[in-house]
Amino acid sequence: MKELKVLAVVVFFTLVTYWGVEPYAHSVMHKHVEFKNFKYEDLNPIAAKGDAAKGQALAAACAGCHSIKAAKMPAPMDPVTASATYGVNPPDLSLAGALLDEKYLAHFLKDPTHTAMVAHKFKNKPYPMPPMATDDQSAADLVAYFKSIAPKEVTAKEAYEFACGRCHEMRYAKWTQIGEEPKTKPNIQTKMDEEKLKFQEKLAQYKDHLVKYLGKLPPDLSIIVRARSEDFLKTFVEDPQAQLPGTAMPRVGVNKEGYEKVFQYLEEVGDPSKPKREAVGPWVIGYFILFTFLAYLWYKSQWKGLK
Amino acid sequence: MSDRRDFFGKVLGAYAGLGALGALYAAKRTWDPLPSVKAAGFTTIDLSQAQENVLYTEMWRGKPIFVLKVPKQDKKAYEDKRLITVGGDKFFIAIGLCTHLGCIPAYYPDQHKFICACHGGQFDAAGEVLKAPPPSPLVIPPFTVKGKKVVLGEAGPEYKKLKEAGLVA
Amino acid sequence: MAHFDPNARPFSHQWLNDRLAVDTLKRVLSTEYWIPKNINFLWAMGMVLAATFGVLLISGIFLLMYYIPDTKQAFDSVNYTIMSEVGYGWLWRHMHGVAASVVFLIIYIHMFTGIYYGSYKRGRELIWLSGMLLFVSFSAEAFSGYMLPWGQMSYWAGMVITNLFSLGSLDFQGLVEWIRGDYVPGQAFLGRFFMLHVLLMPLVIMALIVLHFGTLRLPHVNNKDGEEIDFEAEAEKWKAGKRKEAKVIPFNPVFLSKDTFVLGVYFIFYFYLVFYHFEFAMDPVNFDPADPLKTPPHIYPEWYFLWSYEILRPFPKDPGLIAFGFAQVIFFLLPFLDRSPNVAPANRRGIFKFWFWILLVDMIVLTVMGKVPPIGIYTTIGTVAAWVFIILWVLLPFITKAEKPVRGHK
Repeated sequence: MKELKVLAVVVFFTLVTYWGVEPYAHSVMHKHVEFKNFKYEDLNPIAAKGDAAKGQALAAACAGCHSIKAAKMPAPMDPVTASATYGVNPPDLSLAGALLDEKYLAHFLKDPTHTAMVAHKFKNKPYPMPPMATDDQSAADLVAYFKSIAPKEVTAKEAYEFACGRCHEMRYAKWTQIGEEPKTKPNIQTKMDEEKLKFQEKLAQYKDHLVKYLGKLPPDLSIIVRARSEDFLKTFVEDPQAQLPGTAMPRVGVNKEGYEKVFQYLEEVGDPSKPKREAVGPWVIGYFILFTFLAYLWYKSQWKGLK
Repeated sequence: MSDRRDFFGKVLGAYAGLGALGALYAAKRTWDPLPSVKAAGFTTIDLSQAQENVLYTEMWRGKPIFVLKVPKQDKKAYEDKRLITVGGDKFFIAIGLCTHLGCIPAYYPDQHKFICACHGGQFDAAGEVLKAPPPSPLVIPPFTVKGKKVVLGEAGPEYKKLKEAGLVA
Repeated sequence: MAHFDPNARPFSHQWLNDRLAVDTLKRVLSTEYWIPKNINFLWAMGMVLAATFGVLLISGIFLLMYYIPDTKQAFDSVNYTIMSEVGYGWLWRHMHGVAASVVFLIIYIHMFTGIYYGSYKRGRELIWLSGMLLFVSFSAEAFSGYMLPWGQMSYWAGMVITNLFSLGSLDFQGLVEWIRGDYVPGQAFLGRFFMLHVLLMPLVIMALIVLHFGTLRLPHVNNKDGEEIDFEAEAEKWKAGKRKEAKVIPFNPVFLSKDTFVLGVYFIFYFYLVFYHFEFAMDPVNFDPADPLKTPPHIYPEWYFLWSYEILRPFPKDPGLIAFGFAQVIFFLLPFLDRSPNVAPANRRGIFKFWFWILLVDMIVLTVMGKVPPIGIYTTIGTVAAWVFIILWVLLPFITKAEKPVRGHK
């Protein structure tokens, strides 16, 4: 039918325009980065078999900078003082065994700067974390220890806070680099909230130290899941230098499951309406399919015998 | 023939009406108070530092709340069943809006009473009406006692008792 | 003299008729508003546009309840409050964003349908002109709306487009700052574009829609053959029951039934985009909050402005602005540049047929080039396409002057 030909022409030109403006243009603007499935192929597997008990003894040295809640080791300093010393608050290590890739963790303990791919930023000054394992065996022992203390279940939120939360805040989740924003109440007379202001002062100091350490304030990740494609995010976390050469963001070393949990949290906070959207969509589209069918019946009945 | 045409038109119209109802439901939900607004409906007041016969004003759901530690000397008010006992002391807690037309009455500690500047209404230290035009006592909001603290917005057992006795408003 | 039946019951048909002439209105606007029978689904695009404008208005009303036009709060009022706190806020936001983009697809289809069938001539010039004014108004409405979320693209597109008003070598920096209300896009800028988007442009658009309908009334809608129809005579045939012979149909219910069917198909497509495929309309770059200290690596306008943006790019500063100005204005002149009296589909108008298809393809090429970075072969293609555009319009009077008269219609 002639009308279908007209429709085909319209659809054809629309699709050509769409293709040129969207997939094609975006492929020109953003070069493709191969996703490696968090295999960390540049790191050799560690041959040594780790002994968790030996690792526990070695891990006592970590308590100089890190807290290990799972082993009841407290943080030596508050986050702000830590950031003044190291640039950033060293993470609690309870989840390291669960969320970090084994190879990565072992290599990181032997050579933090190169494993985290931040050597370009620390040419003339030392990286805050020194090597903590002298050889493969001690690295393997430490990894075995961290794996032994890590909890079986890690929530998406915990994964985010461990892997990203000390540099990236999330205002939509009330998460700051020094912890969750406390619930406070302003003074009714003065309208000033002293507790909140004190917290913000600490946060300002932390952010200042962070900027001096990294050169730039890491972006708030509240809605990053809508601001970057899924593909970009996973290739970026896997290898920041491949997507943003020269970036101060370290290769964090999460394993595949760890990344999936982090991504799940990013989606929870940045695209909370997604489940609703996917639930309501079929109903609305289904409604219009039936609408179109009923309209077709009306249309055909009205035009019968007219042509 | 035209009946068939009209029939399909009417069916479509009714179906479109159904869709419109769906859209109206979504619109109604858009108008609903936001979750953050509903969550802010709870306020905790710490009564441990309260001084006798000094009126404290707090905020709950955007409204002023009177908190008054009633002294034993004010015998009439002290015996009033509307007062809340917290840690051995008697407190008057109510929404600080005159039940006449909503102005905030001022407390006069030497006279142990509230006087509303708008039309001269008066309440005693337990919120009972002393002088017209207010038609009813100052309203007691839903509350629950937690140690030396009171949480407004949550209806605890003491509140429920007062409500059953018809004493909250 | 108006006559009022004293026995008519209040709000009955007779009563309303005496006061509002409801029967006359019904005849003139609905049951005896005659449309040619010889049309295809492209004739429904006007209704699709009205429906989409309605969607924008209603979704806009709900967004307006929660949007905060303050540079520090705008982004979060949209991306936090509306998207996650407001009941169905995410739905109105998605509907509004997608509709704002799709409306231009339909506008271009509607415009090119008019160009193809010669619906801008022989009494229909004002329909074309009021339509072009609607295109410009919708463009202003879309641009001002895009500023509101105050994302990176909002800020930088606002910066770049207002910079155009410096008018190249004339360097009217004062004018640029006056438009912005500040040295750079800031609170003053956001406030005035909020006013434009929410009040002034919608009023202008609604007034222009009324005008557009008004300009349609006397000439009536065109038909696939461009045939000059005697609407009174054909209407009589229809009213006499000769429905097959009549060349016209009443708007309500005959044309409306086809319109509604097309609308249904459109809404399936539209809601599919709303729920499953909306990134083309809600560019990820605008989900980064505005940062005056960082320009995104690629700045580009929304897709419907790309052909126009690309005409600016290949040329040096002042010629570029002249070409850009030319592109904005030239479509208005179509009824007067086309020197042929033929009202017929383009495929029957000799060289005009090629003119039409080359223009369409050229505008698509300009659109795609406007999106890709201006490097290497893309600059070459863009320059060629920009020149083709200019040359096509310069040639139009000559092509159409030499056009042979189209023979009588079937």
